[in-house]
Amino acid sequence: MIGQSKKMGWGFTAPALLWTLAFFVAPFIVMGAMSFAILEGRNLIWGFHLDNYIELATRPYLWRAVIASIEITLTVTLISVVLAYPLAATIAFRVPRHLQRLVLLLAILPFWTSYVVRSYAWLLVLAREGVLNQTLINLGLIAEPITLANTRFATVTGFVHFFVMLLTLTIYANLIQLSPNYRRAAMDLGANAFQTFRHVILPLTLPGIVTGAFLTFVLCIGDYVTPHVLGGNNELTMPQVIMVQLGRRADFPLASALAIVMMGMVTLAYLAAARWLRLDRV
Amino acid sequence: MRTYLPWIYLALAFGFIYLPVCVLVLFSFQDGGLPVPPFDGPSLKWYREVLSDRDVTDALIHSLFVAVGSSAVAVILGFLAAYGLARHTLPGSAFIRLLLVAPLTVSYLIVGLGLLIVLSRAGFGLSLGTAGIGHVVINLPLAFAIIYASMGAQHENAERAARDLGASEMRVVVLVTAPMLAPAIAAAFFLSVTLSWDEFIIAFLLTRFDITLPVEIWSMLRSGLSPRLNAIGSVVFLISVAAVLILEFTTLRRRRS
Repeated sequence: MIGQSKKMGWGFTAPALLWTLAFFVAPFIVMGAMSFAILEGRNLIWGFHLDNYIELATRPYLWRAVIASIEITLTVTLISVVLAYPLAATIAFRVPRHLQRLVLLLAILPFWTSYVVRSYAWLLVLAREGVLNQTLINLGLIAEPITLANTRFATVTGFVHFFVMLLTLTIYANLIQLSPNYRRAAMDLGANAFQTFRHVILPLTLPGIVTGAFLTFVLCIGDYVTPHVLGGNNELTMPQVIMVQLGRRADFPLASALAIVMMGMVTLAYLAAARWLRLDRV
Repeated sequence: MRTYLPWIYLALAFGFIYLPVCVLVLFSFQDGGLPVPPFDGPSLKWYREVLSDRDVTDALIHSLFVAVGSSAVAVILGFLAAYGLARHTLPGSAFIRLLLVAPLTVSYLIVGLGLLIVLSRAGFGLSLGTAGIGHVVINLPLAFAIIYASMGAQHENAERAARDLGASEMRVVVLVTAPMLAPAIAAAFFLSVTLSWDEFIIAFLLTRFDITLPVEIWSMLRSGLSPRLNAIGSVVFLISVAAVLILEFTTLRRRRS
């Protein structure tokens, strides 16, 4: 019976496992190998060449993209957490219980806009003739339109918009699980609102924050659309540089090396956050 | 004053969250050719134009086709794997679970790039099918995780009873387990459809002649701001929101009660 059960179990699990092995694990291994290959003219030469990685470290437009990606991702993660936390807290602690689910649903509804469309919508807001510039001019705050689109500011704004919604969801899920007794106990013992937050609520919700921040990091560093639509061409990020390699000369080896470096960044972020990460509870 | 502060913050946050969506929808009713102030509508002419554009409607149908097809495959594979791992003891099952959810931690760009390299080396032509393969890769982990999480032990007794009454394993799965898990399966399917229908980068890398809607929107973006894009973006938003609301008010509600 045990043998039978094992065979049956494999039978049920095998299709999903084979799919993952064939279309995720195998391509990933090939990509890793590809990052050590080189392109001579149109011919691909396999082997163990470090050329792509050396090129990455020495060509300014490549390593600048790596730096830009890291800077943008860290900025976005930090701002998003700082903005999302009070929003989640307001919903969890101030909004009446029976309305919380509705308010939360409304707060993250634009999360479901197609993400190409979402970036385009921010372009409408931030363009030279766009809503924001027009409003500022009508209010007499500025005389001439200011350049908002096609800058790093625009990229960060577009990202923050998306990740505030994601983080509000994950942080809310954490806050709502806290027993109100923690707050009551802290208040009874004489802590003021800030002290209660700093010494009780914040430490208890840190795993949720870090998990959300890690998700933000992973999704942000790998996104091509937002920086491409909003950031303009003055500054490229890693995903943009990867796409350039794919388009112009189909340089798969260099694109693969860049992808591996991007994976390395995510691994570093994972190690930095591992102490607090609760990926099984997202 | 201090008690108002959270409410002011809530209002500001909602303003920030809804600003781009409102601008998008408002200027989809623009009469002139540029979706920027002043607003001179309302006019439905851009909706008419978009909905009579063959490229757009074709792309819309392709998107639905890929979303429904890839989600069906992802949910079936995910359900079978969840059943196999929850109801049978397998050596290394913890590792298999880890492997099945691993694609969640890798960005879509890398999933698409890996598949593109392998498919083009293998001389495989790019099509809606290859984009569908990519979408199964990203949706299978979610479908598996959602269905596995709801494979509680309470269902096991019903399965055992069916087996004792002589049902074959296949009949147990199809006639007992699947109906009991219908809410989780439906939730996984809808979430999958929502994500796949919207997905851009994998579809962009893995399609060629027939393209999906996000890829079509992308190519329209090259010609700059246009109320056509607002109209099509508003339609896509409406469809996504409808899917989310259906998910919220049917499957999730039922599961909680």
